[in-house]
Amino acid sequence: MAIFKLQINGKAYEADVAADTPLLWVLRDHLGLTGTKYGCGIAQCGACTVHLNGTAVRSCSLPVSAIKNAAVTTIEGLSEKGDHPVQLAWDEVDVPQCGYCQAGQIMTAAAFLKKNPHPTSEEIVSTMNGNICRCGAYHRIREAVTLASTKI
Amino acid sequence: MSTTNTTSRRNFLKISTLTSGGLILGFNLFSSDTKGAVAVTSAPLEGNGAFNSYLSIAGDGTVTIFSPNPELGQNIKTSFPMIVAEELDADWTKVKVEQALLDTSKYDRQLTGGSGAVPHSWMRLRNAGATARNLLIQAAAARWGVRPETCTTDNGVVIHTTTGNKLTYGELAAEASKMALPADVKLKDRKDFKLIGTAVKNVENNNIITGKPLFGLDFYREGMLFAMLQRPPAFGTKIKSVDATAAKAMPGIIDVVTFKNNVAIVGKSTWEVNKARKAVKIEYEKDGAIESTADHDKLLSGLLDTGKATVQRKDGDVDAAFKNAAKVIKAEFQCPFLSHSPMEPMNFFAHVRPDGVELVGPTQTPGRARTDTAKLLGIPEEKITLQITRLGGGFGRRLKSDYATEAAELSSIIKAPVKVIWTKEDDMQGGSYRPAVRYRFEAALDASENLVGYKLKGVGINAGNCTREDNFPSGAVDNLLIESVEHISPITTGAWRAPITNFLAFAEQSFIDEIAAAAGKDPVQFRLGLLAKAKSKPTGAIKYNIDRMEAVIKMAAEKSGWGTKKNVSQGFSVYFSHQSYVAQVCEVAMESGKPAIKKVYAVSDCGQVINLSGARQQVIGAIVDGMGHAMFGKISFKDGASEQKNYNNYRLIRMKEIPEVETYFVDNGIDPTGLGEPALPPTGGAIANAIFKATGKRLRKQPFIEEEVFKA
Ligand code: FES
Ligand code: FES
Repeated sequence: MAIFKLQINGKAYEADVAADTPLLWVLRDHLGLTGTKYGCGIAQCGACTVHLNGTAVRSCSLPVSAIKNAAVTTIEGLSEKGDHPVQLAWDEVDVPQCGYCQAGQIMTAAAFLKKNPHPTSEEIVSTMNGNICRCGAYHRIREAVTLASTKI
Repeated sequence: MSTTNTTSRRNFLKISTLTSGGLILGFNLFSSDTKGAVAVTSAPLEGNGAFNSYLSIAGDGTVTIFSPNPELGQNIKTSFPMIVAEELDADWTKVKVEQALLDTSKYDRQLTGGSGAVPHSWMRLRNAGATARNLLIQAAAARWGVRPETCTTDNGVVIHTTTGNKLTYGELAAEASKMALPADVKLKDRKDFKLIGTAVKNVENNNIITGKPLFGLDFYREGMLFAMLQRPPAFGTKIKSVDATAAKAMPGIIDVVTFKNNVAIVGKSTWEVNKARKAVKIEYEKDGAIESTADHDKLLSGLLDTGKATVQRKDGDVDAAFKNAAKVIKAEFQCPFLSHSPMEPMNFFAHVRPDGVELVGPTQTPGRARTDTAKLLGIPEEKITLQITRLGGGFGRRLKSDYATEAAELSSIIKAPVKVIWTKEDDMQGGSYRPAVRYRFEAALDASENLVGYKLKGVGINAGNCTREDNFPSGAVDNLLIESVEHISPITTGAWRAPITNFLAFAEQSFIDEIAAAAGKDPVQFRLGLLAKAKSKPTGAIKYNIDRMEAVIKMAAEKSGWGTKKNVSQGFSVYFSHQSYVAQVCEVAMESGKPAIKKVYAVSDCGQVINLSGARQQVIGAIVDGMGHAMFGKISFKDGASEQKNYNNYRLIRMKEIPEVETYFVDNGIDPTGLGEPALPPTGGAIANAIFKATGKRLRKQPFIEEEVFKA
């Protein structure tokens, strides 16, 4: 066990955990940030996506010891009032079904649009292809990312 | 025509006011009285066994509606309140929805399954809303000293039609709670619906997109322990010995306990438990048949010839029909086991205390979870509370109570509050699969290409009756025999979204297409011809609605431009399941020598659509689900163990693979008949028939991706 100091959503946190603990479980079990979801644990589904210095990463496969000073953003910190353009688009298009995959989908889309604010539809699909939605909400996810790209 | 409902007076309670001075109307969605018992009562209702749902109107006009059924993405938490709000004429922006606690001590159906919640509760919900509206009108009329008949309502306001005076529901709530309950309430004409049938956003959107803790796995409590269970890795084995010495010494581990066929690793965090789990040494020994998919393939074919068949339906004389046939068509279809794999793995929180039990978790059947826990622990059900969280998908997996009762059992052993967490690997290896099934179809045509004989024999592994003997084309064929054979296996199965029909429909609709081709008929005309025959000269009982099926077929043909398209190959499919009808046309184009699924048109008759946005989601989601599993889904076994363990080798459909989908709904004014499942079954058949059109090859086995046409 060791103390890890983390910068998450602009705040300082500390967690006393083993070095190999994935960021996902530090967030969920130790810091009470449960918006980031466990889906597969092996970097296949994207439900656990968070931002590390603005880049989308899979927190289930990222040991806490690898984070160092990087700034972590989770769904809870994507915007203060839930009004990030991607979140607004998600509501407008009425995307969620069960909703379990959606934090990961939103975080993937937000990081992608930040780097590529005016993507082609092919670019949207090849990025979002990495995130599984078992409910099959892909059509609306695609539509919402497209809509968000007009608002960013 | 408007409908008048009589509420059962004996169910009324004395009216009393809320401490906050509002109106509370308790009603029971699950009573045997289809009108739904309605009563005005004072809070709290959770402790009152007679009511499992209520609506309340507070002084500020906020309308709170308790939605009792588990929400897993079917959008019931939005559609139930919409129905109440419609009859109440509420201002939707002031409607709040709460998930009710389990209260099935006297009533059934506080569950999610069978696409049945809206059909079941439709009239009860309307009646409750209309009753509240009536009370508010009475209160306004009394205040103004006018006759209630001269008042109307709109968007949360009562209006006196002659003077134009207005009072909000919030202003009237306290007085409304003192009014006499009406003996009759008038329900709205369909044409006056303002909310029902429109697209309304999911009431939980904001919580979901901001990552609020809604799901079972998000439940945490101070002092709670975490546990994972190592279950036997292969079906047909049991624990021989356990050595947990090393695991127990690992950081954060509280205990390792063995019960039934489980080794539970209990600790202070998910990750510590997960790590320690790998250090537990468990030996297993044989405890039943150890089966592999290779054995199943032989077994299923063999049982079609030799298995002990149960006759499910028999009309006319099939033997004679086949003997005298001018043409006989035969085909066999097979599907593998499937995992449900909802995004959120199984989990449940349990705290067994000396004075009672607390359960919290995502379940489609809270009543069953509680009953089974009571039986297991030998305690009365009243001592158990169950809080239903949102479910991160279900697809039938969460109809079972195993993952709730094991948490309760563990909590009772370790005498501590504990959340049991399944990994995705546990889910995928843990059973309750969609059963593997093989079907043999045979059809006899007479010299004029009429279908005169039809046989279906199905063999399933733990599938029960793997046929739906009364479904189309039963009733349309004079000589018909439907039989099923079951193989009992240690591999556990369970209901998987649209049980049995999720695969049967593909096989049947492919075969119907094959018969049409053999008879030289257009697939749509062939189906319509059979329905015409079922109508004019039915054979045996007809348990589907011919007109509804005919209507979806015709509309799907029209919307898809059936038979008029160049450059794409179209395939047709139609299926009746639960109580609804869905016809689909799939379009396939050849791309680099392989079929590419481009588009699916879906026409659904689910009766009255409640929420157009949610309904479209259900249809599109079901098509994506149906296509994904038909194309890629497969659980195979080697020596009793599932070979697929996670999403890396259990392939789910992804965004790149989805076709365009166009959805249509038949507007026929009948009461809702359910939509959670019915759009899934037809998809496989529509795809397979379009692929046949494009390639001349019939698909016989799922997953399609392993079929010749998809190989390079
Ligand atoms: S949980 Fe991390 S990718 Fe699936
Ligand atoms: S909304 Fe259920 S998994 Fe995506």
